Amino acid sequence: MGLEAKNLSFRYSKKQPWILKDCNVTVERGQRLAIFAPSGYGKTTLSMLLAGYLEPVEGQVLLDGKPLPGKGICPVQMILQHPERAVNPRWRLRRVLEESGTLKEEMLRDFGIERAWLDRFPRELSGGELQRFCVARALMSGGEYLICDEISTMLDVITQAQIWQVVLDEAKKRNMGLIAVTHNYYLAERIATGILDLTAENVD
Amino acid sequence: MEQKKETLLEIHDLSISFRMYHQGLEQKELQVISDLYLTIYPGEIVAVAGSSGSGKSLLASAILGLLPGNATVHGHLHYQGQELTPERQRRLRGREIALVPQSVAYLDPLMKIGPQTDGHEKSRSPERRRQLFARFGLPEETEGLYPFQLSGGMARRVLVSTALLTDARLVIADEPTPGMSLDQALEALGMFREMADEGRAVILITHDIDLAFEFADRVAVFYGGTTVETAPASDFKKGPEALRHPYSKALWSALPQNGFHPIPGFQPYPGDLPEGCLFAPRCPLKTAECTAAVPPVQEIRGGEVRCYHGT
Repeated sequence: MGLEAKNLSFRYSKKQPWILKDCNVTVERGQRLAIFAPSGYGKTTLSMLLAGYLEPVEGQVLLDGKPLPGKGICPVQMILQHPERAVNPRWRLRRVLEESGTLKEEMLRDFGIERAWLDRFPRELSGGELQRFCVARALMSGGEYLICDEISTMLDVITQAQIWQVVLDEAKKRNMGLIAVTHNYYLAERIATGILDLTAENVD
Repeated sequence: MEQKKETLLEIHDLSISFRMYHQGLEQKELQVISDLYLTIYPGEIVAVAGSSGSGKSLLASAILGLLPGNATVHGHLHYQGQELTPERQRRLRGREIALVPQSVAYLDPLMKIGPQTDGHEKSRSPERRRQLFARFGLPEETEGLYPFQLSGGMARRVLVSTALLTDARLVIADEPTPGMSLDQALEALGMFREMADEGRAVILITHDIDLAFEFADRVAVFYGGTTVETAPASDFKKGPEALRHPYSKALWSALPQNGFHPIPGFQPYPGDLPEGCLFAPRCPLKTAECTAAVPPVQEIRGGEVRCYHGT
């Protein structure tokens, strides 16, 4: 049960090499899993498969034993590494947020979003501030699982700690399942209940 | 610190502003860097830490003379004791002063990695480059690939190689390590250390400050476009008691291995800066004096700090 990747394999075409081969990952609600792997191993591809942005070539992604729903808001939400590339540059941030539901005052406070930011364009905010919007957008939709793909590597350590505080509080409050991709061992120890090293798991 | 040694690069009272359109045809000056200082001696690595948007990358552009036309630079920039004029910057950059750019988008998309890494100055023997690639764990085929065929971490390693292959006396590395695994990052920083030990110097701009402390000699902390503290790297390893500025202490305590405690609040925006000390709105030690005037730089225990309450 939970969110399960079963023998997941992916490549862009038959002529290309496998990016991911027979990968198995499981995370339950309430669990927080940190994933380690060297660069170029396919961590982002795995994240996108789990969140339903890509279709696996072989294997499947199961949510409580069933495939991810094809319609509506996906219960598995993903936050990307570069927030500036994850929001529409021509939308004011109010519109970016309203895409996933109605704005509530206490929500903005919890996520550390200032009212004045809502009327700005993405280029008028720093990376850390934008990443808050991406976190809020992913969490406002009421998802059950959250995939965080190196969401704090480009941020300074204070902003990193601020962002993770918000994510962890919310994940605990709602008993969400969480997968975090990171290169930082200390960060993984802080945020995760378990650590998975992909290179050790899938040697073939 | 050997203060008498001749400096390689000396920057003080540096300010940078951008001329921008405000309303219609009305223009305004937006000051993004103010009263910034930094000194680099031959043989050392100076790490530049600080919040995102504190002007770290702008400093790199200012040293190399790569700022856009609407930027105005005031202040003193001296390289090897002589003023760094635009003409001199043109002559030095890429030869005496090399840059490891922040974005992998700096690679020429239409040029293969091998020739691109060698540069166009003069034909270099590919031997050194191949040795360097081998140390970085880049497969031999890499030299025949185009940038789009590389993963993010591979592209980073190529960018670092371009600078290490020059004979530059000063390397400015702008976030060289994100996307690299720990081993690769350690290898890259180790090579910068070797460079510095040969008498050259490195400015290491980075968010991976815990790694930087291990390799750097000194650390400069930037906040809101100004230098708030410069300190020996060993002070950062000791902990917050050894540091002087409250923002440096906050950085230390926000590291995942040191408590992971963030201070609340945000860095102020250029154009909307507070009076007096830029850090005052978030500072636990704030007094009336702090909001009245910008604190001067003072020397405390072998470091420099811009704070009335520096300890």
